[in-house]
Amino acid sequence: MQSFLDVLALSSAALLHGVAITVAVSAIAVAAGLVLGAAFGLVLTYGGTVMAFPVRVIVDVVRGTPVLVLILACFYMPAGIGLSPGPLTAGALALSVFCASHVGETLRGALLAIPLAQTDAAGSIGLTFAQTLGYVLVPQAIRQIAPNLVNTAVEIVKASSLLSAIGVGELLLTTQEIIGRSFKTMEFYALAGGLYLAINLLIATGGSWLERRYRLR
Amino acid sequence: MGYALDFAAVLRGLDQLLWGLALGLMMGLAGLAAGSAIGIAGALAHVFGPPPARALVRLYVGLIRNVPILVLALFAYFALPQYGIRFSNITTFAAVLAVYAGAYLTESFRAAMITVPQGILDAGRSIGLTGSGIALWIVLPIALRNALPSVGNNFISLFKDTSIAAVIAVPELTFQARKINNESFRVIEVWLTASFLYVGTCALIAVALRRLEARFPRF
Repeated sequence: MQSFLDVLALSSAALLHGVAITVAVSAIAVAAGLVLGAAFGLVLTYGGTVMAFPVRVIVDVVRGTPVLVLILACFYMPAGIGLSPGPLTAGALALSVFCASHVGETLRGALLAIPLAQTDAAGSIGLTFAQTLGYVLVPQAIRQIAPNLVNTAVEIVKASSLLSAIGVGELLLTTQEIIGRSFKTMEFYALAGGLYLAINLLIATGGSWLERRYRLR
Repeated sequence: MGYALDFAAVLRGLDQLLWGLALGLMMGLAGLAAGSAIGIAGALAHVFGPPPARALVRLYVGLIRNVPILVLALFAYFALPQYGIRFSNITTFAAVLAVYAGAYLTESFRAAMITVPQGILDAGRSIGLTGSGIALWIVLPIALRNALPSVGNNFISLFKDTSIAAVIAVPELTFQARKINNESFRVIEVWLTASFLYVGTCALIAVALRRLEARFPRF
């Protein structure tokens, strides 16, 4: 029977690779989620009933569906129309849509919380709608939602562990493979938990550093 | 291309899907009940306890909230039995939900406790209540009510998290959906149905919570 440290030495490269996949797929999901979520939030707030309605449906359905179901749906459903995305593509798509829906809803809340008088004032000094958005509303909304975005990023890293269920070789699946070979169940699940903890604490620390750096609060 | 929707296979399995939904709701409720007990105890310890208790609660909350629930579930289901702690997969997952929810609910109840208005605390002192009396008879009841919206949101995410029990073969809704998916290949119908059931249930819970909140006025 090998000791934990022997197994760790043998599998450290695989584990690091798993961490890299977890970080990469989370980063892609957060980046895509921010862009798409910003569009969702703007359409929900300013799109009018007709444009906002389909986005409302998407956002509510995604927020009411468990992430694991989103992931499985993105993995299996495309086969129905003859597409077969790999697990990584399907998983990144599911996490991106999940992230976008949360960002969209948070952004809408933040934009609506800004007093309407500010929009009127911006209009009265001759700013166009785009300028009002860019110079008046969005900077305040970002300050408002920054802590929320950090939380969302942490949630995405945690949700990325569910990609192990469709065979993405991220941190958790790598851990399970190592356990399958070494039977060091306790040690390696604890290690995986510790690695997720470390990634998320880094995100939280980085987030509060950015908030201080740009005086977002 | 040319996929024709056919819900026959899903309808044949509708019984299993609905039982799975009920199982998920039950695990969610069990997790909420036990998690609330943990959360109330944690919040009381954090707000009124000595510094070591406060540090312990902070450690628990920080640890649990930053680790995926799937890792906690796999740890509880595969690692703990090696040390003689062995339960069925359903019990294990409900316990994991409780520990997971406990961390979030600690924060919910703590926020509700520290926002109890100073005037009410002074009123308590003026009728002769001491520290523990104020905690028990004034802060706790008010905090329990004011935490309701946050607890309700926690319950909705808890219910959605029950889908993760599928990974340790608990036959809840997601597990059943995946089974029908693999047996019938009606890939679009089955995930539409599963998603519809989750979204519908979440919406119903949200409506019920709003009614509950309306019945009891905020302090």
